[in-house]
Amino acid sequence: MPTRRARIPATRYPVERFTLDNGLRVVLTPDRSAPVIGVAVVYDVGIRSEPEGRTGFAHLFEHLMFQGSENLEKLAHFRYVQGAGGTFNGSTHLDYTDYFETLPSNALERALFLEADRMRGPRLTEENLRNQVDVVKEEIRVNVLNRPYGGFPWLTLPPVMFDTFPNEHDGYGSFDDLESATVADAADFFRRYYASGNAVLAISGDIDTAEAVTLIERHFGDVPARPAPDRPDFAEPDLTAERRTAYTDQLAPLPALATAWRVPDPVDDFAAYLPYVVLAEVLTDGDASRLVGRLVHRDRTVTSIGGYLGFMGDPFDVRDPTALVLQAHLPPGGDADKVLRTLDEELDRLAQDGLADGELARTQARMATHLLRETDAVLGRALRMAVLEQQRGEPGLLGELPSLIGAVTDEQVRAAAATLRPERRASIEVIPGGAR
Amino acid sequence: MSVITPHRQLPPLGPTRRLKLPRQAERTLGNGLTVIVVRRPAVPLVELRLWMPFGRVHPARGHLLTQTLLSGTETMSSVQIAAELQKIGGGLSAGLDPDRLMLSGTGLATGLDRMLEILAEILTGANYPSAWVGIERDRLVDGIEVARSQPAHLARTALLRRIFGGHPYAVQTPEPEQVRAVRPAALRSLHAQRVHPAGAVLVLVGDLRPERALDAAEKALGGWAGAGRAADVPPIPPLEPGPLLLVDRPGSVQSSMRVALPGAPRTHPDHAALQLANLLFGGYFSSRWVENIREDKGYTYGPHSLIEHSVAGSVLVAAAEVATEVTAPALLETIYELGRIATVPPAVDELEQARQYALGTLQLGISTQAGLASLVSAYAGNGLRLDYLAEHAARLAKVGVDDVTEVAARYLAPSRAVTVVLGDAERIAGSLATLAPVETVPVPC
Repeated sequence: MPTRRARIPATRYPVERFTLDNGLRVVLTPDRSAPVIGVAVVYDVGIRSEPEGRTGFAHLFEHLMFQGSENLEKLAHFRYVQGAGGTFNGSTHLDYTDYFETLPSNALERALFLEADRMRGPRLTEENLRNQVDVVKEEIRVNVLNRPYGGFPWLTLPPVMFDTFPNEHDGYGSFDDLESATVADAADFFRRYYASGNAVLAISGDIDTAEAVTLIERHFGDVPARPAPDRPDFAEPDLTAERRTAYTDQLAPLPALATAWRVPDPVDDFAAYLPYVVLAEVLTDGDASRLVGRLVHRDRTVTSIGGYLGFMGDPFDVRDPTALVLQAHLPPGGDADKVLRTLDEELDRLAQDGLADGELARTQARMATHLLRETDAVLGRALRMAVLEQQRGEPGLLGELPSLIGAVTDEQVRAAAATLRPERRASIEVIPGGAR
Repeated sequence: MSVITPHRQLPPLGPTRRLKLPRQAERTLGNGLTVIVVRRPAVPLVELRLWMPFGRVHPARGHLLTQTLLSGTETMSSVQIAAELQKIGGGLSAGLDPDRLMLSGTGLATGLDRMLEILAEILTGANYPSAWVGIERDRLVDGIEVARSQPAHLARTALLRRIFGGHPYAVQTPEPEQVRAVRPAALRSLHAQRVHPAGAVLVLVGDLRPERALDAAEKALGGWAGAGRAADVPPIPPLEPGPLLLVDRPGSVQSSMRVALPGAPRTHPDHAALQLANLLFGGYFSSRWVENIREDKGYTYGPHSLIEHSVAGSVLVAAAEVATEVTAPALLETIYELGRIATVPPAVDELEQARQYALGTLQLGISTQAGLASLVSAYAGNGLRLDYLAEHAARLAKVGVDDVTEVAARYLAPSRAVTVVLGDAERIAGSLATLAPVETVPVPC
């Protein structure tokens, strides 16, 4: 008897979209249940767009956007956001860079002022550039160089899978490249990519739509119009022969392994892509998932395994080319070959026998909870909708994701699993150099 | 905070919206379990937090119990527990700190009854199957090995030992061989002794009706009995300033600097003023310390200073990972900023900025189901309820420059600091010794 499936609930966030004369796209999603707002500005430029010889530049430039602007001296941005009771940050991704604040709703106009001011132009000075190169180097040391498994696998696996600079290079950047960066590079990067026509502003939470529209026009209306640059094609052919590499991590005490397969275009072929998002969870979500059951608990060949879409774990805000990634940590003396063979076996089994009764429905219910939880935060909503607008012109997709995921069928998941063949796989193994 | 020749004026803030607390209800069950329910229907989910007093538990047994609590019962295997929770979009995970054992989870609001039923099954029937315990024991040992390769963990371990000495808080991570020695019988016995409802608090937050949720919790958990023992943790010892403890990690490209200072619990009259003094010093991005060692000098990426509240006392910890070659200069600036806050009154607008941040982030913290659940659970750990948030906001509003100056002199004075640095001793010991007496020890294994 088939098990009863939990009804996948939906949230219907209202969405208003419009475009200013200067090309800035705006998304508003009001929700007055708490007196807070999320404000996000997303620029359509990321790690894949940085020039050769300037690895890490998109991220370094993100730091420079906080160093003052036309009417704001250094430190002012931080002080004005926090002095209004808010929090801020920014982050650099493969295909976009975001800047965001969460604030009490009485600070809406202040946030718009701050974002508009830096959209007109950051203060790019030699002193600020040198200071932030130092800060970024410390960021890289703390997250990559001074810790075990630093950059694994998000920095270490793409060069195995890809052959072209945009897709394979280190997005944190080499110290040489960072130190060679100039103010002129930054000015050029701003001129090219930080155009009103290349940006999306999204605001969620406690706003009155009409008032927000007035304030947005007041602050962003006179940002000079500049068109979006042509976005290059980053496409690469799929792999036809297995790729495998290994490196020694001097700080790591135990082995680790990551492996990835290309997946359909997340934007242009969303219907074909979605089953892979579900597949990753069927394989690795919790003790009742296939790979945790087999590898962690039965074979004991790994101590943990996770699976996700996109090298930065960003299934719905990455463009082609991207991948389904599986990442495992192994016990002392662990055998990566054996783990890869077992993965093949389990994928074959799934492709041939399909899913067990109820296996898909429970995974989908869990995914719905994750999505709903993420959108409960005003900022989560603003950021997601901004990127969905930018990459798809479809911010309302956010509310539909739980039910779209719920509509993925057994057959689709099975077909997706059947494509994850060894000859299309790129893998990297961490050899522990830090055994005690 | 001035602006250079502005031709556009920063817009003023709108009127502050009054802090509005969500609807809540509470019931203490006959078995001693307190249930607190808060309604926030924003998304159709429910957040669950359950903690039980768990002080003075041997770290190896405590950690392994935490890792195997969801491993099965008489009627359900670990896989069944996970699958049944997934069906309602749910999941549970267990966590441990030196005071408490905590179960946390999220699920679809429609699955609340089932989630509580499974929770009850675990609390009353976890049976720690030998095979599963064996697997989790090995995983825990591997996890400890990995943790010990991380500088942040090593610095934390050294700091805890240094500031807590013989207190139970001093050692929070077990030795691998201690973990290997734990048998399933010891876990069953620990469960029988300590996993009981007396003094425990269950928090439910989400799209639910409070009275109905209280009834559901009572129905599911009213039969959870247990007359185990409690164990009080003695108050933490006062900090004893002494030589800088340098933990040698050869080859380290950064130094992990930790500076401990006295803290004050949420219920202490100094709490609000100390919170603001800490913000001014290093507790938020726009603090003196961050603006100095990051935005001016570029020594570090993410310095932060935080008051950590535990049942037996509170400690203020300032932490920064700094480039090896600037370790001593970074410590110098840290001592300078502590000395400055402890001896010179802050500017009025600087205090106002920190106050607005403290008040605003209270609003942000309760604007999600997950944030609200964690806050209500943490407050309950200090015997407080959500009303405290409004009272605390009122106290923050009243703190003046004199209060901050006075509190900073007592809590943030560098003469009271205990400093631990983990880094490459060969490269940093000499320069650190110009600032303070240094005692060098090898990295613990």
